[in-house]
Amino acid sequence: MTKFLSLHDAIAENVRDGDVAAFEGFTHLIPHAAGHEVIRQGRKDLTLIRMTPDIIYDQMVGMGMVKKLIFSYAGNPGVGLLRRLRDAVENHWPNPVEIEEHSHAAMANAYEAGAAGLPCAVFRGYKGADLAKVNPNIKSINCPFTGEELAAVPAIRPDVAVIHAQRADKKGNVLIEGIVGIQKEAVLAAKRSVVTVEEVVDDLDAGPNACVLPDWTVSAIAVVPGGAHPSYTQGYYDRDNATYLEWDKVSSDREAFAAWMKANVLDAGPDVYEERTRYLRSAA
Amino acid sequence: MSDLGFTPDEIMTIAAARSLSNDDVCFVGIGAPSAACNVARLTHAPDITLIYESGTIGTAPSVLPLSIGDGELCETAVTTVSVPEMFRYWLQGGRISIGFLGAAQLDRFGNINTTVIGDYHNPKVRLPGGGGAPEIASSCGEIFITMKQSLRGMVEKIDFFTSFGHGEGGDHRQRIGVTTKGPTRLITDLAVWKPDPETKEFTVVSLHPGVTREDVQGTCGWTVKFADALEETPAPTELELETLRALKERTREAHAKTGKPPQAA
Repeated sequence: MTKFLSLHDAIAENVRDGDVAAFEGFTHLIPHAAGHEVIRQGRKDLTLIRMTPDIIYDQMVGMGMVKKLIFSYAGNPGVGLLRRLRDAVENHWPNPVEIEEHSHAAMANAYEAGAAGLPCAVFRGYKGADLAKVNPNIKSINCPFTGEELAAVPAIRPDVAVIHAQRADKKGNVLIEGIVGIQKEAVLAAKRSVVTVEEVVDDLDAGPNACVLPDWTVSAIAVVPGGAHPSYTQGYYDRDNATYLEWDKVSSDREAFAAWMKANVLDAGPDVYEERTRYLRSAA
Repeated sequence: MSDLGFTPDEIMTIAAARSLSNDDVCFVGIGAPSAACNVARLTHAPDITLIYESGTIGTAPSVLPLSIGDGELCETAVTTVSVPEMFRYWLQGGRISIGFLGAAQLDRFGNINTTVIGDYHNPKVRLPGGGGAPEIASSCGEIFITMKQSLRGMVEKIDFFTSFGHGEGGDHRQRIGVTTKGPTRLITDLAVWKPDPETKEFTVVSLHPGVTREDVQGTCGWTVKFADALEETPAPTELELETLRALKERTREAHAKTGKPPQAA
């Protein structure tokens, strides 16, 4: 049964030092506010999993909280490279980060296997690709019926999954709409989960096939309006593309990065996101 | 702008757009491929099915998305599926006829590197990585590639095989058990290339207007082969140019969208 908590308490109870943690959201619904709370609480030695570690993981890596990153595309989408991650990988600053790199297909299959309670995922992939040579967690298996050689990767089973969603009802059932990504699989694969939502409503008003996480699959819910910013929440506010473009500059310099993190994350709280999305709500 | 009335970037996008048809189901990479696919949709191929890996199928955005998961892709799509469904049923399931990719590094056999420059474990430059590309390259019916020519980008030997094209050439794909066609077209800012039917080495089949063989060789790191019947790429039509420029202008405005308060006039 889920609990409605403040963002502080939801993170304090569910994200622990040394955790294997997945913050998911495929461009859409990225849980930035929850990630910032983890940064404020100073979690360390995290193994972070995410298909597309963009700004939020660049920030966590730059803050020295991460010992390992499991991912399939580490870029600022449409903008370029992740400069804090590059500094960690190329120069070991502020600490060396171990990386385990996959393709999107492998990560998607591995999350699904995690949700399905399987030990590994099997799919047709990595043909001729060098990742199989540098990542020992990419292996192959032969189909017992046809003999076809297929790729196999371990299932993803995080200690905790953190996602953002449109809304919950008062009981704590959660609705995810739009580009639903991999979030349902991430939550069902994880031991614990935290969901931030835009609002709590009487009735989810969800169709029979909507993507709904029943309240008993979620550990804690925190209401954080604007909590995906600078990502977006379909039906609530648009993506803050300018912030993604600006991040390229902020993250290119260690001191500029530290100053930005202090002003915008360490000295800020969960109430800032609504204001940050105010001018992106033109359609509302 | 050259005195031809269009830029190398514009002829690249338009030539790439022309390679797509109404019946195609196209998995769209971000950046240059996305521009080409949407110009095709807005000109000669209005019924083309565009798919982005975020799960949007049959999407028709009015501006180019900055990321592969911008909201308009979902709002205008026929349907939006989850990421595992996208990669399992639609890509791996063989539903996609063309994968349209960009490349940081490319070799003459259409092998692509978007992972790392230098040694993987001790990189000179750590690039974003493959994302969906390794399986797009093997599961789509065929692959189109578009990129600007440069000595850094088009190299004799790529540092890392992010996605497999024709490997060492010839029947290398079949030998490793891949049944799809692989790279069948390369569209650059200077030329259109197609693989030799036997060796699978990319060969220039058409030079863009005003481009010389020397221009192509001077920006390519391997010794370039030219087709015997070398053609000239038709110049962009007025409709193609207007469509592309209007799309780029709408995109510029959309990407400036910010959460900061509007400036006082």
